[in-house]
Order: sequence, then structure tokens, then C-alpha cells
Amino acid sequence: MSGAGEPEVRLLGSWASPFVLRVMVALRLKVVEYEMQQETLGNKSELLLRSNPVHKKIPVLLHNGKPISESLIIVQYIDEIWASTPAILPSDPYRRAVERFWGEYIGDKFSQVIRVLRGSVPGDKDKMAGEMFTALQYLEEAFVSCSQGKQYFGGDSISYLDIAAGSHLAWIKAVEKISGIKLLDEARFPNLFAWADRFCAHPAVVDVMPDPDKLVEFTVKHAAMCAPK
Amino acid sequence: MEKQENGSEAPAPEPELKLYGSWASSYTHRVQLALRLKGLEFEYAEEDLGNKSEALLRHNPVHKKVPVLLHRGRPLAESVIILQYLDDAFPDTRPLLPSDPFLRALSRFWCHFADDKLGPAVGAVFASTGKEQEEAVRQVHENLAMLEAELREGEFKGRRFFGGDRVGLLDVVLGCGSYWLAVFEEVTGVRLVDADAFPLFHAWLRDFEAQEEVKETIPSVDRLLEYARGLRQMLLALAAGAGDGGSTGVPVSSAVDAPVAAAPPAPAPAAAAVDI
Repeated sequence: MSGAGEPEVRLLGSWASPFVLRVMVALRLKVVEYEMQQETLGNKSELLLRSNPVHKKIPVLLHNGKPISESLIIVQYIDEIWASTPAILPSDPYRRAVERFWGEYIGDKFSQVIRVLRGSVPGDKDKMAGEMFTALQYLEEAFVSCSQGKQYFGGDSISYLDIAAGSHLAWIKAVEKISGIKLLDEARFPNLFAWADRFCAHPAVVDVMPDPDKLVEFTVKHAAMCAPK
Repeated sequence: MEKQENGSEAPAPEPELKLYGSWASSYTHRVQLALRLKGLEFEYAEEDLGNKSEALLRHNPVHKKVPVLLHRGRPLAESVIILQYLDDAFPDTRPLLPSDPFLRALSRFWCHFADDKLGPAVGAVFASTGKEQEEAVRQVHENLAMLEAELREGEFKGRRFFGGDRVGLLDVVLGCGSYWLAVFEEVTGVRLVDADAFPLFHAWLRDFEAQEEVKETIPSVDRLLEYARGLRQMLLALAAGAGDGGSTGVPVSSAVDAPVAAAPPAPAPAAAAVDI
């Protein structure tokens, strides 16, 4: 039972984080009210450090004060607690495993590529672009197989994999601008390209998906902050 | 098998469950243990990681790794995903995950911690020497301290196992991997799990290893020691050959698939409040 004035659901996060976005989309999909606490770069709140002492990272969901960390774990928690439709994870066990598999692979791969292409970590940009194309090819095939001709990986409604992959779309567009390399190319990945627009326009997504231009600005600002003195 | 009219025997039916694994792979052990705990029969195919079968590569083209579980011919990869699948697909068997959503989330969190932090740190101790090894040992201790704190003060406080009175998902994931700690200690001469420093973790591991199904699954200490000694020699030779003071980069991948990820952990990126 939360104390007077304490929100039942609080999210520690940032507008720019694709991991936080996953949680926001899941909450919005389930029509769950939440309060967002924006964490500032380089100045982690006491609450964050206390709630996620192991990794000290966002997102953290506080449900009646209890902390849950790691974006995809939080998404599954949301699906289990607010078990009404729409379901986020598919009900079929094999489909569930398939979505978990791609969710993990794509999430890791996209983050890795984005970090290098925006210059946060050193790396071979061409090699990363190559790895991205491989990943997108897998995802294109997975989309055809999962969607069965429908709008999303989840079919008629967005599912775990839509959220896991779609959360990175703004950053993908941002690094395309920063690096000058076209990643989600319509000719190469026609199904994903069309899905990307649909996902970004989805009611649970549209108000919280960041503007890629703002992410480019963010990158420039962050690089200046981290520049050697 | 029934004899057909022409006198030949009908082919044996495809097993419902078939596991591709490697005898020294803790990830493989997780799945074997889970299947045993659930009382599920399965066919096992040993993979030579230095010469992977066409079937394995076809069933897991993305990672090309063991374990892969086939259920009615459909492949599943990644041990933690396979374990959760077993709960979903065989709901009448003993569940691995708890039923409470918060405990489920916590179990998943620590499984990820085991694979993302503890495993690589232990692998790094094993693959390095000198100053680099000291740093790796420090990280292992830091990670074990977090687990110890969770057992002492967190939601799992007072339990015999993370799963409660009986072994569950987190016990399987953490346990199949932790048996390497004593083996690595023996081979490297480095102390990793001090019973005084980590009394609850130490007690939990001892209880885990005493479970019948665990004893049936984990190879004998002698086999593990022999394997680890060979691997350690090879890793050190590679490091010496690389001539860069001990950093092994990516060792022979087939051998490394087996115990834990033996590549040294990547340098920690500058701490940011925003994980983007």
C-alpha cells in the first residue's frame, strides 16, 4: 500500500533512452498511469542508486515502492501484473521463446552498433554497419514469419518483440544522420521499413518516441561534456 | 517397433525432446538439469565444439552454439530462454520460475547478472595472470558480495535455495557455472569463494551440489579439473603468443563456448546515469 501522495507506479528514466522507452510503451499499452522521474546525465539520483544498486542504471520501475530493473524484465513484469489485454508476450510457448530470442539478440546488437556509430565508444564504423545489416536481415525474415501478413511482429497488436526492436528506431535514424550511413534501407528491408513507420505512429508509442534530431543534438552535447580537457 | 508388411521395421519415432550439448558446457548442464528436475525424457547429442555438426549450425545459425533444444523438431537456443520455454510448454511439470511476478522479475534479473557480470568475471580470472588477474578477482568478489547481500537481506532471505525449499530457475542458472569456481581455484591457485567472506553463497552452493539431479548432471571433479588444466595452459600460451601482456582477446572459440566466456571483460564505459 503506497503512502499518501506516492504514485503507485513510478519510472526512473530519461526521454532519450530506448530502454526506458520500452517500459513507457508497455505501460501505455496497458493504460497504466505512471509518474516519470527524469534522471540527469552525470548526476544520478539517490533514489536510482538505492533502487538499482547493482547496475545503477535506468530504467527502474518502482511499483508500490518495489524496484524492478532491466527493461525487458520490466516489460515482462508489466505484462504479468496487468494481465488484461492486450497481451505483450504471445500466449504460444514457442512464439514466446522466439520473441525472447530475437528481443535479446536485436537489443544487444542494435545498442552495440549505435554506440559505435554515434561515437560514444571507439570502433570500426564500417564493420558495425555490416553487423547491423546482418541483424536487420535476420529481423526482416523474423518479421515475415512472426507477423503472418499482419501489421506487427505480434500480429494485429504490438508485442514484446515490436517493443524490444522498435524502441531503437529513433536512435537508428539519429546515427544514420550522424554517420551518413543508411541502415534501415527500404529496398533491402521493405517489411521492416514499413513496420518502422507503423510502430512509431502507434498510439502507445507516438507521444514518447523521441525526435531523431533531438537525439543528434543530445549526442553532440554529450560528446562536448565528455571531451578530454 | 512394429514390423511392416514387407518385413522391415518401422523407423523409430522422432524423440519429442532432443538436446545438442557439450559435456563441459555449463549452459548445456542447465538444460539437462532442468529436464531432469521436470522429469522430462530427452535424447542427448554430444557436440564436438571444434567440429560442429551440420545439424547444430542449421538449428542455431545466429550463434552457432550449444545448447540447442529441439521440441518436436523446432529449435530453441539460449539456455535461460530454453528453461523458461520448458515452464511454458510443460505446465504440468515442476515449475522452475516462481509464480509471483516480482520474484519472477528478480529471478530473471539475477540470471542476467550471472551471465552478464559474474560469468565473464570468473572467466577473466581463469584467462589471465598477474595484475589483470588481480583486477578480475576483485570483480568476482564484488559480484559475489552482491549475491551474498541479496541472500542476507533481499527477497530471498532465509531461503535454502533461491527457488525456496526446492531448486528453481535461478539456482539452476547460477549453480551450473558456480561449480567451476572450485575447479578454477584449484587450477589457478586463486581463492574465489571464501566461506568466511561469502557464508550464505557457500552454503547455498554446497546444498545445490548435493541435490541428486545435480550430481547426475555435473561431470566429475576429476574430468573438470583435467579439462580446466588443459584450457588454462592453452589460454596462457595464447596470451604469451599474443605478446601484449596477457590480454587474450578472443581465445579458441570452440573451447571457450564450454565453461564460461573466458574473454576478459570489456573496459567499463564512462559511468552515465542514462543507459542509452
